[in-house]
Amino acid sequence: MVASAIFILDLKGKVLISRNYRGDIPIRKIEKFMPLVLAAEEEEQTLSPILSTEDGVNFLYVKHNNLYLLAMTKKNSNAVTILLFLHKLIEVFKEYFKVLEEESIRDNFVIIYELLDEMMDFGYPQTTESKILQEYITQESHQMEVQVRPPVAVTNAVSWRSEGIKYRKNEVFLDVIESVNLLVNSNGNVLRSEILGSIKMKCFLSGMPELRLGLNDKVMFETAGKNATAKGKAIEMEDVKFHQCVRLSRFENNRTISFIPPDGEFELMSYRLSTQVKPLIWTEVIVQTHSGSRIEYQIKAKAQFKRRSTANNVAISVPVPEDADTPKFKCSMGTAAYVPEKNAIVWTIKQFQGGKEFILRAHFGLPSVKNEDENQKKPPISVKFEIPYFTTSGIQVRYLKVVEKSGYQAFPWVRYITQNGDYHLRMPESVKTAKLSAI
Amino acid sequence: MQAAVTKFTQNALADLRRQNFFSTAKKGENFELKADLNSEYKERRKDTVKRVIANMTIGKDVSSLFADVVKNMQTDDIELKKLVYLYLINYAKSQPELVILAVNTFVKDTDDPNPLIRALAIRTMGCLRVEEITNYLCEPLRKCLRDDNPYVRKTAAICVAKLYDLNPQLTVDNGFVATLQEMISDSNPVVVANAVAALSEINDSSTQKGLFNINNSILLKLLAALNESTEWGQICILTTLADYVPVDEKEAENIVERVIPRLQHANASVVLSAVKVFMVYMNQNYITSEKTINLIVKKMTPPLVTLVSDHSEIQYVALRNINLILQKRSDILSQEIRVFFCKYNDPPYVKLEKLEVMIQLCNDKNVDQVLSEFKEYCNEVDVDFVRRSVRAIGRCAIKLESAAERCVNVLLELISSHVNYVLQEAIVVMKDIFRKYPHSYEGVIVNLCKNLESLDEPEAKASLIWIIGEYAEKIDNANELLEFFLEGFKEESSMVQLQLITAIVKLFLKKPSQAQDSVQKILQTATQSCDNPDIRDRAYIYWRLLSTNPQAAKTVVLAEKPPIESHTKIVSDSLLDELIANIGTLASVYYKPASLFGGRTGDNKIFSTPAEDANADIEGVPGTTIGGVENLLDLDFDDSSAQKSSTPPSAAPKSGMNDLLDLLNDDVPPMGNTGLSQPSTPSNNVQNDLLSILGGGNNTMSSSNIMSPGLNSNNLMSPNSGLGGLGGLSMMSQPQQPQKTVMLPANEGKGMEISAVFVKRQNKFFMELTFSNKTAQPLSEIAIQFNKNTYGLIPLAPIGINVIPPNESRDFTLPLGTNGPVQQMNPPTLLQIAVKNNLGVYYFQHVLPTSLFETPSTTPSMPSFGMNMNNNNNNNNSNNGLDGLLI
Repeated sequence: MVASAIFILDLKGKVLISRNYRGDIPIRKIEKFMPLVLAAEEEEQTLSPILSTEDGVNFLYVKHNNLYLLAMTKKNSNAVTILLFLHKLIEVFKEYFKVLEEESIRDNFVIIYELLDEMMDFGYPQTTESKILQEYITQESHQMEVQVRPPVAVTNAVSWRSEGIKYRKNEVFLDVIESVNLLVNSNGNVLRSEILGSIKMKCFLSGMPELRLGLNDKVMFETAGKNATAKGKAIEMEDVKFHQCVRLSRFENNRTISFIPPDGEFELMSYRLSTQVKPLIWTEVIVQTHSGSRIEYQIKAKAQFKRRSTANNVAISVPVPEDADTPKFKCSMGTAAYVPEKNAIVWTIKQFQGGKEFILRAHFGLPSVKNEDENQKKPPISVKFEIPYFTTSGIQVRYLKVVEKSGYQAFPWVRYITQNGDYHLRMPESVKTAKLSAI
Repeated sequence: MQAAVTKFTQNALADLRRQNFFSTAKKGENFELKADLNSEYKERRKDTVKRVIANMTIGKDVSSLFADVVKNMQTDDIELKKLVYLYLINYAKSQPELVILAVNTFVKDTDDPNPLIRALAIRTMGCLRVEEITNYLCEPLRKCLRDDNPYVRKTAAICVAKLYDLNPQLTVDNGFVATLQEMISDSNPVVVANAVAALSEINDSSTQKGLFNINNSILLKLLAALNESTEWGQICILTTLADYVPVDEKEAENIVERVIPRLQHANASVVLSAVKVFMVYMNQNYITSEKTINLIVKKMTPPLVTLVSDHSEIQYVALRNINLILQKRSDILSQEIRVFFCKYNDPPYVKLEKLEVMIQLCNDKNVDQVLSEFKEYCNEVDVDFVRRSVRAIGRCAIKLESAAERCVNVLLELISSHVNYVLQEAIVVMKDIFRKYPHSYEGVIVNLCKNLESLDEPEAKASLIWIIGEYAEKIDNANELLEFFLEGFKEESSMVQLQLITAIVKLFLKKPSQAQDSVQKILQTATQSCDNPDIRDRAYIYWRLLSTNPQAAKTVVLAEKPPIESHTKIVSDSLLDELIANIGTLASVYYKPASLFGGRTGDNKIFSTPAEDANADIEGVPGTTIGGVENLLDLDFDDSSAQKSSTPPSAAPKSGMNDLLDLLNDDVPPMGNTGLSQPSTPSNNVQNDLLSILGGGNNTMSSSNIMSPGLNSNNLMSPNSGLGGLGGLSMMSQPQQPQKTVMLPANEGKGMEISAVFVKRQNKFFMELTFSNKTAQPLSEIAIQFNKNTYGLIPLAPIGINVIPPNESRDFTLPLGTNGPVQQMNPPTLLQIAVKNNLGVYYFQHVLPTSLFETPSTTPSMPSFGMNMNNNNNNNNSNNGLDGLLI
């Protein structure tokens, strides 16, 4: 269950700050960590996020910017809990210092010690809600006239929201964001497609409001005995995950999403659908190498969604050989550029209307001396895009009810957006036109 | 504008701070600090404490300032107080005698009107870990445990665990553990969660059972707190529920019903802890109803899939656990294989785990898809990943006979790609395929042999040599091929040398004319100029075998080999059961028994307290099925380093034990088809044959010093006897029908006499006990406990006897598990037992009959034993002495 000590290290393994919670492992054992990392690198072994020394000390770590956040333990601790706690630390530190890096650690060591003391006790995670922590662990505590006390929320059942919040205008903003993960093989067959959705909220509500969110959830319609078709399409989510404010047993019973929200910004829920959908931006590439001296690409992009939607900031990245030179482009839309540090052509189209199709032709020279090592890295084509006012799954917020005992009116605002997740299409083999050049 | 100014000031402040606090070491800096710590100005003192802490942070020794820092402890400024406390936590151990100075302030602070300070004081006192102050801690702790403020109570609850860690007796004597029990009924969910956390920790680390009792009302409290706790609290409660043994199936179902909603929690650890509860309950048969099991499986699958889109590190742990879950329940996730396809930007450690899951999920329907993925992965740059992908193809071939041909074709394609490490890996894999499907795919041998010269890795070379030797009669130029290797024989690694000797002998037996010279040459070289005893020994065996009885040599060396099994098991079944109980923990990541980690022993079941349900009988506590011998073997693998724990099982056997078994297994087929051995007692014959071969050698060999004394028995036989099986096994006499013996005489047990016997039935261990009450009063509260022992024996149930009236006896059969804490005993079968009743605690010990741990009566047939070993080989112990010698 427990972590013995927590460390923040720089990339060379130097300890920037640490907190020893249990004292059962000598703190200098941390010196064993870097050699383990280096040894694995040397032997081309795959480095996992959990390492152990021969004398049974385990290191669980997460890399962030130029830092390692690391927990040390000798016991059969809960690995998932520890790793999640490390991620939580990153989250909280980021809320406190905007960026988490070596500098911000040095500048804020006092407050980091305080946070480490409050967020974990004897290796058990305690309060990790940054909103609540900020109420009693502050940067400018000496300016306060009165001594701070632990907020009730720390130990409340509602541990994520404090009482007495006031807003002049009570508003809620909902962002429904769907990321599409797609993998297409080199023959153009879709290997997997998956929608990861999330509903993010910005709550500016006074008091202790009770919220209820209604979605066009198929299972809910069924449990409620309503006819799904009456209100349009209902969607079937394969798995749903909720922020801890949501009453899970209520959801289990009758699919009601009811909760007292934290103040400000948070992710209310995330969901997953693995229904096959038509790839939103379809890309086809034809590669031709001409007697090893030049290479040509013909890239076709097609927007396979309704005409009334438009994808913004589309960027299609097509890998090219490392030694390609003298790029030439011709495209019917947008701009194409060669990005040498990524060894890729990046074709950007600011606005890509549904149903449209565009073509880019690219031409590169290749050096006459070939690199012998055939096994070059073969990254896939990746596509970035954003389609506002549109969700692939068809999820809809039907209502958001806000009830507070003071009886104010609150207005919910909803936005929908679909964007790319891991959206990859594998490159096809190049067609070789093996003409022998005349001598 | 305003913002800009603020920003500027902040930056300036930050600069200033850095200069102040992290200024470079000056001579006598500590002296300066000391002066400033005693300054009359409050702000200055505070800044100095900050500087001291800054020095501490960068690793400078500021312990000499202890007394001066402690002086600043009495202050209204919380920030300053926290800093001083922090200093104390770091240096208390180095200055234990000075800590006493701080005790008064601490005790005073636990009475402060501000709960933040009360909690801070009690939390810090617990962290000091100095013997001298533990006694001063008790009174404040008692007070804080009953504090009005939940924040203080939740901190105090954890503090009990801290105190227990330092001084268990003191903690129990002060009744703090009992207080924790009461705190489970606290009105505040956070307090409940911390009390549960502290209690489970105490229960896990204690040898004394019954420190954490759950009865019906406590169970209800826990289930209620589950809905209200923070995410971390929920994990604590779920972990406890997974350890809890429900009274009956109804209770178990009730728990399951309350836990199911947790699967929708955003916190992956909450989800996995819930999965653990379900897996344990199904595994232990607490839940048997088909309907409930189906519901659980249906509910559990989507969240498991979702875990694979969490942070990479979480994915890693999740995938390792999914692999275990799949070995237990292969039915889940079968539709979801696409989720486990590697993404281009997955970190390598995630990719490798996904490969494992893909192999587990691979079946006749999806094998084409899977193969084309594997092939794709072989084009990546990460060498380790590519190698594993090639091996994965081989493992698919071995797992699915129907797909073997397609796998071989993919491998051939890869071989023709001429990427060196892919080629070598593919050859190793092909060897396994030949072992699994002998005499199929012989057509590819030509292609393999073409690449002879580009091999430089021992395993690949050894594999190709094995293939050549095995199919020597089909390869026209086998002698040339082998001679190619023979030239550099002495420089080769032992793995290659061993294979080469065998291959050339095989060639000689198949085509005597072709290999006359080679066989002479290699046997001479091996016996005369090799330092490695294994190589010499093997050469001697062959030499004598060939010179004594070439016909026998043929039957031995060219015997049919038992095909290798497909290894979809990652761990043995007994270990699997233990790992299931440890889902989400480090044990489940390393695939190592939890007992290796010191603390948790893996079997920390929490039983319902007898007071509440005296009728809980033994049927409610199903034992785990564990074969003693197998389990013992698991534990031998501790030393191999953890990261390597997923070496593909298809790899050639590497351990010394295995090799010897292989040697016996392969070359001396025990099944009676050799003409040498008599079918009735195979294992005995193996031994005899080998001995006679050696003996025969003695007669025929002219030079007597060739026969090294070690050869006779040590090298060949000792690994067997070390195993306690094989050679020695058949000579073991049948165990007598066991009789109970008096283990605790009445005069030593204050009038309670215990006679008992250990028995094994259907692979499960039981202790049959008879308790006799020779006192004049009723005996009750009987409990039993074993000390750590060699076999990890552990009682699986409480003693289900309520009261023994005077002058009466009660019989009880105690089911035993073998997944308890392990400690090597001398003799190995020594078991130390403690029994308690209402009158006291009694200790006695008993040496168990060794026969108890042998595989029962009938002599095991050789192939099945070999299979067992193969399974264990999965656990990848690559560093056991000998290098692989596959014959």
